[in-house]
This record gives sequence, structure tokens and C-alpha cells, in this order.
Amino acid sequence: MRQSNRRGTELMLLVFALVLVVLGMLQVGWATGTAIPTRLWVTMALLAALAAGMHMVVRLRATYADPILLPAATLLTGLGLVMIYRIDVANAQRAVHNNITPPTPDVYAQLTWFAIAAVLFVAVLILVRDHRRLQRYTFTFGLIGIVLLILPLAPVLGHTINGARLWVRLAVFSFQPGELAKIALTIFFAGYLVLKRDSLALVRTRVAGVGVPRVKDLGPILIAWLISLGVLVFQNDLGTSLLFFALFVSMLYIATGRRSWLIWGAVLFAVGSLASWALIPHVHERVTIWLNPFGYAADSGYQIVQSLYGFANGGLLGAGLGQGFPTLVPFANTDFITAAFGEELGLIGLMAMLMVYAIIVERGMRISVSVKDSFGQLLAAGLSISVAIQVFVIIGGVTRLIPLTGLTTPFLSYGGSSLVANWIIIALLLRISDRARRPDTQAPAMDDAMTQVVRRV
Amino acid sequence: MNRPIRLMAGFLAVLLFALLINITVIQVFQASNYRDHVGNQRNLLAEYGRERGPILVGNDPVARSVVTGNTLMYQRTYSQGPLLAPVTGFYSLVYGATGLERTENQVLTGRSDLFFVDRIHQLFAGRRPQGGAVTTTINDAAQLAAFNGLGTKVGAVVAIEPATGKILASVQSPSFDPNVLTSHDPTAIRAYYNTLLANPAKPLLNRPIVGLQPPGSTFKLVVTAAALASGQYTADSVLPGPAVYQLPNSTHLLHNWTGKACGPGSRVTLRQALAISCNTAFAWLGVQLGAPALQHQAELMGFNTGFAIPLHAATSVFPAQLDKPQTALSAIGQYDDRATALQMAMVAATIANHGVTMLPYLVQEIRGADLSILTTTQPKAFATAMTPANAAAETDMMVNVVQNGTASNARIPGIAVAGKTGTAQTGNSSPNVAWFVSFAPAQSPKVAVAVMVEDGGGTSEITGNGLAAPIAKAVMEAVLQGGSR
Repeated sequence: MRQSNRRGTELMLLVFALVLVVLGMLQVGWATGTAIPTRLWVTMALLAALAAGMHMVVRLRATYADPILLPAATLLTGLGLVMIYRIDVANAQRAVHNNITPPTPDVYAQLTWFAIAAVLFVAVLILVRDHRRLQRYTFTFGLIGIVLLILPLAPVLGHTINGARLWVRLAVFSFQPGELAKIALTIFFAGYLVLKRDSLALVRTRVAGVGVPRVKDLGPILIAWLISLGVLVFQNDLGTSLLFFALFVSMLYIATGRRSWLIWGAVLFAVGSLASWALIPHVHERVTIWLNPFGYAADSGYQIVQSLYGFANGGLLGAGLGQGFPTLVPFANTDFITAAFGEELGLIGLMAMLMVYAIIVERGMRISVSVKDSFGQLLAAGLSISVAIQVFVIIGGVTRLIPLTGLTTPFLSYGGSSLVANWIIIALLLRISDRARRPDTQAPAMDDAMTQVVRRV
Repeated sequence: MNRPIRLMAGFLAVLLFALLINITVIQVFQASNYRDHVGNQRNLLAEYGRERGPILVGNDPVARSVVTGNTLMYQRTYSQGPLLAPVTGFYSLVYGATGLERTENQVLTGRSDLFFVDRIHQLFAGRRPQGGAVTTTINDAAQLAAFNGLGTKVGAVVAIEPATGKILASVQSPSFDPNVLTSHDPTAIRAYYNTLLANPAKPLLNRPIVGLQPPGSTFKLVVTAAALASGQYTADSVLPGPAVYQLPNSTHLLHNWTGKACGPGSRVTLRQALAISCNTAFAWLGVQLGAPALQHQAELMGFNTGFAIPLHAATSVFPAQLDKPQTALSAIGQYDDRATALQMAMVAATIANHGVTMLPYLVQEIRGADLSILTTTQPKAFATAMTPANAAAETDMMVNVVQNGTASNARIPGIAVAGKTGTAQTGNSSPNVAWFVSFAPAQSPKVAVAVMVEDGGGTSEITGNGLAAPIAKAVMEAVLQGGSR
């Protein structure tokens, strides 16, 4: 049976996303009274060209891939560019008022990163012709992940920005290897859990209805827990620490189907949280600010308070692009870019953007359900979960739902590492979905992984 | 493995849903609370980021917004500084807004419903709204004449166009420089504001419309109007005018300011009593007419009503339920009588306008950002206070005051000026208040003026004539030479 590959839908949605981005840019220019510079027109053209290029590669190399992911990610990246440009404009206007040299605009750098991301996206789709190949390199990825994680601690390369040692500086640009470590470790977790899931799913004894695993099976979760705490202690990075641990526990649960792992994860999380609250001043401070931000509005709570004021100023409909004061919030184009969107696009705009995230995550989970090999299932689920948790942790942080931790907002935030990593995630999800949705004519090739896994949970 | 994946997908949906709920709470339910937080600069930035419309005198923008070099994009500047401070008020970062800046804020910010169409347009165009403009009724020549006339004296001047109620001049002394208060330097603003507060002459008081003082002999105009209205008196009625009048039911003695009787045999006509400002005759007349009649006449001319011009003027007072000695004192503008310069200008304007009291107003037109006229204030009558015949009779008596009586300094060659002096005692220690109210030309009045000089000194009617009348004369001349705008 000939199955529609939906590439036409993808193209249509892509055009729609790009139109929204161009309208956003025009709105910024119009509302701030600045002419759109030629360079920005070129930027928009390049954005469209890159998106078209990625679409063509998907057409050729991942014909049956999910048609929603590429346009959704393009839309978010484009909106990120709009807001980064908008904040560039605000900074330039302020510089003019203060008679100082305007800072270098960030939007063009971000476009460069998007170009790199697009190249890597294409590279992943071309080089990884079948996601199951990645499984062969499970432990290599594990090693790469760990190395990337601890790279910022290296004496010469490592670099501390805003109190967190997350960056690696190479020549002119700095890079956050933690973002790529996220992908490497997800691949590692998926491969490792496929191997170990049966023994990890064994339950010998129960205490108060909660399964108690064998001590030797506790090893992996304890190691993940210790690495997370290590990231927290040595790199001062609460967000990444939280993300890794939550990701590992979620994948462990999916692999084994044992809810006891969630409970053990929660217990370890609680212990880790309490201990770091009690012992790490940085964490303690974050919680204090979270509980009473207005008490510290002038100093340590300044960011979150300004963020809340921004959201409040946006209200239901938003101030309109170019008409709010997003630069009052520090780090407006990175960690706090959601506050900028909340202020200028309002609740309605922000809800729409959260729905785009929801679509990406939901499509990812659907790919996970529909692909037939366990590795692919775990990998797709793990990548989707990592995006979802990251969105929750950072947006929850800037809206004071949970204590603030430094994470980038996927696709939106200014910053190359995050953009590149998230586009690689999209590429991997597309690769897996291409396999999942491919008509069964090529079925004979796909049983090597399947034979290992006959049990359905 | 699908079941845990689906459960996990559900859990992730719950997380995203929690974000949505939380953002809704912030942006919808807590938004107004956060907006009102003291530390929230956004309201201020929004207000200063908008080009506030100008306040115009004629076609001259006397208050306008200029682009600054700091985070607050616009700064308010006042081209005339202290001269128009009682009209424009100020628009301060620290102390809020006063004057027209306050009352016309909706227009100046462009938030008034008058700009509904503009705002719809702006909503779709996505631009910040521009403010509208406010044109005042001020006559710049009259304003300047009054300002220069007051000079360093403490006092106030109000000039009104009798036929309409347009306020042609509203001047105070001492005044202040609104430009300092609208700077973007809070330290400088506070320092200047504290200096103003410490000044015993109270420069921040909007003296022309809220400075209340006993009207003194100028109140005799109201008593005269009441006498004429009673039908029992004409300009030629003869009244007792002794040198000393013993208040009814009292041992208190009232003296004439000359210390002499007002006429031969202690008798004087009403016309002459007004001309020489005979206290004993008017005290007697007030008692004869009775407090209710005086109160009624005073209220028809604007006493006991608070006017919004649109700045809120203080309510001038003629007290109720007076006994006879109190009535006698009230009839000569003492006891608890209190009036603003605005009020006394309204009394003069009423007589000038054939007995019809017009509502005073300061805003002539409201214009859009493109200066197209959106609304023009239509003159409105407040009350008919006198018959045209009585108004004409009293006008005639007031012309006599200037030509033959106490107000010689208000004479303008070739033009009949109607006027009345006044000197009010404000207590034993504080200096007297010198008054002069007048209008001109007497037969077809173009301008009515009230001048109040607080540090008048002396008790004689000469004070009103000496200090206040020349200022009134200068204002009237300025209007008559320039014509009304």
C-alpha cells in the first residue's frame, strides 16, 4: 500500500512558519521605528534557504519522517531570532541614548549558529542512515558524554560565565559541551538500558508495596545520581544536574516498566535536593529567592522579579513586539527569553509557543511508541523527555513555578551550543520516525534488534 | 514498553499544563498586582516612553516633550517656566503631576476616549499611541502683564473674558520653575521641591484658584448687587454712613478706614458709598438686606461652589446662618468671608456680562496628535445673578469708583474702566491683603480682572489702589491692545 509521506504538508507548514517570522521581524522594525537593515533581510533569506535545504534533505534521506517536527523547530528558532533582534534593537537604542558604541548585534551570530546547526542536522540525516547503528557505539557515546560533561573543568579550556563553569573556550568562541553531552548520554542510556533492562526489571522483594532492586542493580542509578551531584558541585549548574537525573530516571522507568524506579529516583532526588540545599550556598540562595523574590528585589531576586513584572506587563494580549521593556530583565535573550515573549506576545502568544513545544514533545513520544526496536523507542523517548524537562525547568524557573536554574530555552535562547544540540535532537527524531513510518517493504533488515526483545511490558 | 512511554507522555503533558496554569495566573490574575508594585519601573517607562502631547497658549507649545539621552525617552520642558506654572503645573518623576498636566493627562497621553479611532489604528499598526494637544484660553500678553505687575509681591491675578468665562490670565507670585521638577534627576527634583516647601510664601500653592483670603471691600460689589436685586435700593438711595457704626446686639464698633463720616450729616448715597468704600454704610446695608439675601447673591456669583476649570479651584465661602453682627462684618468682606482671585474675577465678570455668571474654563480646545481640533469648549452659564438693568446700574457705579473714587490708578485714557478696591484684614499680626477687581471697557467688556496682593501692608483703601490697581490696569490694557485670542 502506498503511504503518503506528507512531505507536502511539511513544506506548507514550513512556509507558514517562515511567514510568521518575517511578519514578526517587520513588526519589530515598525514598532521600534527602526528600518529593517539589509543584513537582516539577508538573514531572513538565509533562514528560509536553510529551512528549505533541510526540507530537501529530509525529502531525500528521510522520506517518511514526521512532517511536523521540522516546521515546529524552524518556527521556534525563527521566533527566537525575532526576539534576539528585538533585544538587539533595544540595546542599540539605549546605547545611542547613552552616547556609547552600540553592542554587536546577537541576531547575526545566532544565524551563524543556526547555519552550523543546519549543517549538523543534514550531517546526522546523511551519516546516520539507520538509528540502530548508534546502538553499536553505546559505550563510546557514554564516554563522549562524560568527557563533554567534565570538559569545562579542564584547566585551560574551561571557562566560567556568570558563576557556572559550563563553557569551553576555543579560540574566539565559547561552547557549552553540556548540551551535546545531553545527546551523547541519551544515546548511551538508551543503548545501555536496552542491554540491562531485563535484569533491572527484576524484583526480588517488596517493602511496603515498593519493589526493592538487587543491590548490584542499584549501581547505574546511583552512578547517574552521583554524576548529577558532581555537575552541581563542581560546575555549579543546577539545571543540567536536574535534567540529567530526571532524564535517566524517566528512561529507566520506560525501559523496565517498573514504577519502583520512579520512587527510588524520587527518593534519591529528595535526598540530593535536601543535601544540596543544606550544604551548597548557591542552591540555598536560589530556594530562598524562590520563596520570597520580592524580599530580594533589589539584588539577588532582581532577575526573577523583573521577569514577573515583564509577564505582568504583557498580560493577556501582550504589549506587542517592540513595545515592551524586555531588556529590563537581565539575560533577556538567553535564560529569560520567555519573559520577553511573555511581555510582548502576552499569555496568548506564550501559550501558542508552549503548544509548539508540546507538539514537538508529543510527536517525539509518538515516534517512540511507533518505532519497532527498543533502542529506537528509548532513544526517541529520551530525546523528547530531555526537551520537555528542559522547557519545564527553565520556563518554570523564570515564572517562579520552581526555583530558578540556568538552562537555555530550546531553540529560542541566544546561544550556539543549545541551538546546535536541539537541532541534532530533531534530526535524530526525524531519522527514527522515518524508520517508524516507512512502509514494510524493507522489513527483512530490521529483525536483529527485535530478536533481542520479545517481551512486551 | 509502550505503556510506560504513554504514561511518561502523559506526565510531560502535565508538566507543560502546569506551566500554562502558572503563566495564566501570573499574566491574568496577578498581573495588576505586579503592575502596581513600587519597584516596577515599567509604568514609568511606558509613560515616559510615549511622546506626551503639548500644552499650547495660542499656537505656542508652552509645555512639550523632548527626546532625552537617558532611559526615560522623553522629558517635559516648559518654554515659559514660572510664568505659566499655575496653568501647566508640572509632570514630575518624583511628585506626580499637577495643573493641566494632571487634569488633562488622558488627552496628553493619548488615552482619552476622544482618540478611540486613533487608538484602533495604533492597535493594528502596532505603534505606541501619541498624545493629543491641549490649547488653553490663556492670553499670553495678559499673562505676562500680570506676571510682571506682581513682580516680587506675593499675590495672584486672574483675568476672565466676561462673555464666555475664558480664563485669560492666571498668575501667581512667587511661582516656581516646572522645568526643574520635570528633570530626570530625582536628587535635584527633591532638593528643589523641598526648597519650595520651605518657602513661607508657598510657591507650590496654586494661588489664583486656591489661595483663599478675605475679599474685603471688593465684596461690597456683591452687597450692592443684592441691594439692587431687593428692589428697595437704587444707586441714589441714601444710606446712613457715620464714622463709627456699632454692630447690632453688640458693643463692637466698626470704623471707616478714613476715620470720618462718609458724607455730610453722616448720610451717603449707595453710589457714593461704593465710590469711597464706606464700611459703615455697607455694614448697615448688609444687616438691612439680611444674611440669607447676601448668601443667595454671593452663591449666584459662585461662592460656596467648587469649580473645576478643570483644575480644582478652592470653594470661596460666604458663611451660612450668620447673626446680625456677623452679617454686618460679612457685608464688608470680613468675618469668615473667603474668596480666591478667581472668585472675585467672576464677580466682576458677572456684572460685566449683564448679570450672567459664566463657568470659568482654562481649556479652549483638545487636539489630536496631528493638531486637528477634536473638541472646542462651549461657554456655559453658571447662573443668572443679576438683571441686565441692575448689572448696568452697578457697572455705572463701578465706573464712578474709578473716575471719582478710590480706584484712580486703574484709569485708562479713552476707555471707561469699572473697578473696586479692597483691603482685607487677615488678623492682627499678618499683613493685610490688597485687592482690586475691575473690567473694561465698561460698556462692552472684554476683560474682567481680580488682583490679590497678600503682603499689602496698611489698612487703607489706598493700598488696593496703590498696589493692586496698576496691575489690573496693565492686564486690561494688554487684553484691549492685543484683542482676545
